[in-house]
Formats: sequence, structure tokens, C-alpha cells
Amino acid sequence: MIQLENVTKTYPKASRPSLDNVSVGIEKGEFVFFIGPSGSGKSTIVKLLLKEVQATTGKVVVNAKDVTSLRAWKVPHFRRSIGCVFQDFRLLPNRTAYENVAFALEVIGKTKAVARRVVPEVLELVGLGGKEHRYPNELSGGEQQRVAVARAFVNRPLILLADEPTGNLDPDTSVEIMRLLDRINRTGTTVVMVTHDSNIVNQMRRRVIEIESGRIVRDQARGVYG
Amino acid sequence: MRVKYVLNEVLVGLWRNVTMTIAMIITMSVSLFMLGASVLLYMQVDQMKDYYYGNIQVSVFLTDDVTEPQKAAIDQAIKGSGLIASQEYESKEDALERFKKLWADSPDFVDAIGADSLPESYRVKLTDPEKYDQFSQAIEGLPGIRQVIDQRELLEKVFEIFNAIQLGALGVAIFMAFAALLLVGNTIQVAAYSKRREVAVMKLVGASNWFIQAPFVLEAVVAGIVGAVLGFIILFVGKVVMLDNKLQALTTILTPIPNGNVWLMLPLLAVVGSLVSAITAWITLRFYLKV
Repeated sequence: MIQLENVTKTYPKASRPSLDNVSVGIEKGEFVFFIGPSGSGKSTIVKLLLKEVQATTGKVVVNAKDVTSLRAWKVPHFRRSIGCVFQDFRLLPNRTAYENVAFALEVIGKTKAVARRVVPEVLELVGLGGKEHRYPNELSGGEQQRVAVARAFVNRPLILLADEPTGNLDPDTSVEIMRLLDRINRTGTTVVMVTHDSNIVNQMRRRVIEIESGRIVRDQARGVYG
Repeated sequence: MRVKYVLNEVLVGLWRNVTMTIAMIITMSVSLFMLGASVLLYMQVDQMKDYYYGNIQVSVFLTDDVTEPQKAAIDQAIKGSGLIASQEYESKEDALERFKKLWADSPDFVDAIGADSLPESYRVKLTDPEKYDQFSQAIEGLPGIRQVIDQRELLEKVFEIFNAIQLGALGVAIFMAFAALLLVGNTIQVAAYSKRREVAVMKLVGASNWFIQAPFVLEAVVAGIVGAVLGFIILFVGKVVMLDNKLQALTTILTPIPNGNVWLMLPLLAVVGSLVSAITAWITLRFYLKV
């Protein structure tokens, strides 16, 4: 599903590479944590997978597509197969929960009729049934993140990328979000999560890949934070 | 659905930033008006050249004491130059007739002039008016010739003035266009900034580039077209008020500007206005909406 082969990423003006000759493979349906201190390069992996940045050397393959050689104009269509969740939710403040999710469908060309059918379903799935017409500022942090997860998942992506999704949430709410991601993982979606929340990693007992100074220092099948 | 969405975004975008939109439209319209005026003048000068050059003559004025053999020699030289289309001898009496016609409005002036005070002349039409120098060399210096006058030289001075006006208008048009471009760029930047959240989400979920950019580009195009229509209206009103009324005297030199030519400016200005805005907007977006 995801293959990094000898990937090195050096940002312009940086003295040392953010990722240094990293190779890793992730199978379909896996749930993987990338952990490591700030600046270790774990967020760079997310950006590489989305082709927000280009690898300096090496090869990145996502969904059997070679991302490194993907033409710029094909990137939007490629991104439709990847859902994204971030620490800061990235919701549109002037749209309701329903509209935020529907927006993601409409801008990739789905009709309003499709949105009317699919959006309530996915909002129900993330546990926001009955709160469709609330604006983000009328929702709690956990609820906002649920909207973000619903938006990432509504298009039924093959991969869900979560970049510190619990970074702004209290421990209890974080656990709820993790349950939600787990449920999504059980539908067959590959989940890649970048985090430094040790509690969550320890509770989930999933594959853990630890990165330090741009190198993989640990790759453990049912790991803990360490 | 998507068309409706894009159109809605365009109108909202223009309205959100309405003062900038107005500034953009005004500069655009002035610039395009100047462009239109310049193109019209260019077409006009071209048409006038065709018209006048077809009619101009070279006048060979003779001295008062010219003798018959001298006249015959001049006549021979003109014919022998091989450059002439036609030639005509004008006697003192013919000259007076023509003079009377020309100054028919001022009979006192005409009465004061007798046939003797006007010179005899040959009126020569050259096959190619550009070859005047060659012609003048062939006959200049013959005894009995007082002066050789090329009407083309006079016309050229008039055309030089028109050309200068036309270039001036074009210069102002380009200068204003530069200001208009900066305003378009700025408007697009502001629009892109105020929609940065939407754009970020669109990129995230994989909206196509054209879908993200279309509202911004169309915003500029709409402003460009409105500016073009406004510029055209100024041009049209200007033509009617200035040339058809106030400065009608000018139109005796200026061959009349056909309305067809003026109408032709509408599509020209619209195309130039919208194309220039669209390209500027698109380039601006490449810098501010990295996809």
C-alpha cells in the first residue's frame, strides 16, 4: 500500500536531511504509528505521501502509484484516495458540520444529491448524529475532530493520514478519537498516524515506527512508546 | 452545480472587495479607452494616407519671365523623367479660377488678386508618390522653374502629428495597463488570502487545480470585461461629442471615422481586457496558491 525506498529529504538551506535513507513498507489495512521527538522528520513522511514535498532521492509509492514521478496535474486526483486529519482540525468556520463534509464532496465534483445521501451517514458513523447543523465554534474540540475525520473519510479513501490528531485534545477525548480511527481501520482502511502521545500508543498496541534525526531506529509489530 | 458554485464565488469575491474592484475596473477602462483611441487613430491615418496619396500632386511653379522654349524644355524633362502618371499645364487664368473657387468665402480677397500675381505651373501626378526625390532631381535647376512643391511633404507633417498623438495614446494605454495589472494582481492576492482556508481544504481533499483557480481568474476576467465595456462607452461618447460636434472642423482633414471601425473596438477591447486580466490573475495565483 505504502512503500518508501531509500528516501532522503533535505530541505533547501537545511544542514542535515529531515529523512535520511528511510525504507519502510506498510500493507493494506495496517494501523501504523510514527513516533519520535519534534523535528525528527515524521511530519515530512506525511508530506511526502501527499506529495506536498518532493523526495530529494529515493522512491515513494502509494496505492501502487509512484508518487515521486507523479505529474503535478495528476496530484489532485491522486489525493482523493487519501484522507487527512490534522491537529488543528482545519474546518471552515463559516460552514456547519454538514456543510464542511459536503464541501469536500462538492469540490471534487460530486452532486448535492450524493452529498445528501452520504454525509448524514458518515456523520452518524463518527458519532455526530443530530449535530449536523452546528458550526465549528458550537462544537467541542473532540467533536470538531470528529467532523474532520468524517470529512477525511466521506470519500472512502484507501489511506487515512492523521498528523497528531489528538494533539489538541484532552486524554479522554483522545481515546474516543482513537476508537473512531480504530473503527475506520476495521473497514479495511490503512491508517497512518503521526503522534507523540505515549498513552495512546501504549494502549493501542499497534505497529510502531520510531524515527530519530531522520532515521528509523525502531519498527515493532505490537509496540509501545518506548 | 459546479458552474453555479463558481459563478457564485466570482460575484461574492468581487463584492467582498468592492473598492478594489472599482479601482481595477476604472484603471482598466481608461487604459482600454486609450488603446481603443490609439488603434482607431492608427486605422484612420492608414486610411487617410491611401486617400490623400492617391490625390496628391507635385506642383512645378514657373517664373514670371519664363519663355516658350524654356517651357517646352521643362515639359520635355517632366515627360522624360519616366515617373509620372499624368501631367497638366495650368495657366495664370486657370490658376485664378482655382484660386477663386478655393477662397469663394472671401470675395474681397479674391478681387484683390489678379491673374498676373499667380504663377503658371505644371501639375504632375507621380506613379509612385514616394519617388519624389528622383523626380525633383530630374527637373530641378532647369531655367524657368521657380519652385517645385511636393504636397506629400505637407501631408507628411500632418501625419507626423497624428502618429505622435497615436503613439502618445498608446504610451498612456501601456502605462495605465501597468497600473491595471498591479491592481488585478493585488485584488487576486487579497481574494486568495481571504479564501485561504477554503483553498487549503480544497487542496487537501483533491479538488482539481482549475476548480480552485477558476473563481479567481473569472473574477479578474469579469472586471476586465466590465472595464472594456466602460472604456468602449467612453470612446464612443468621445467620438460622438468631440469629432461629430465640437471639433467638426478637424474632420475636413481627418477623413470621417466610420462607425463600423468604432464598433470594432468593442470586441477588441473586451478580448484584450479579459485576456490580460486572466493571464495576470493566473500568474499571480501561481505565486500565491501553490498547488
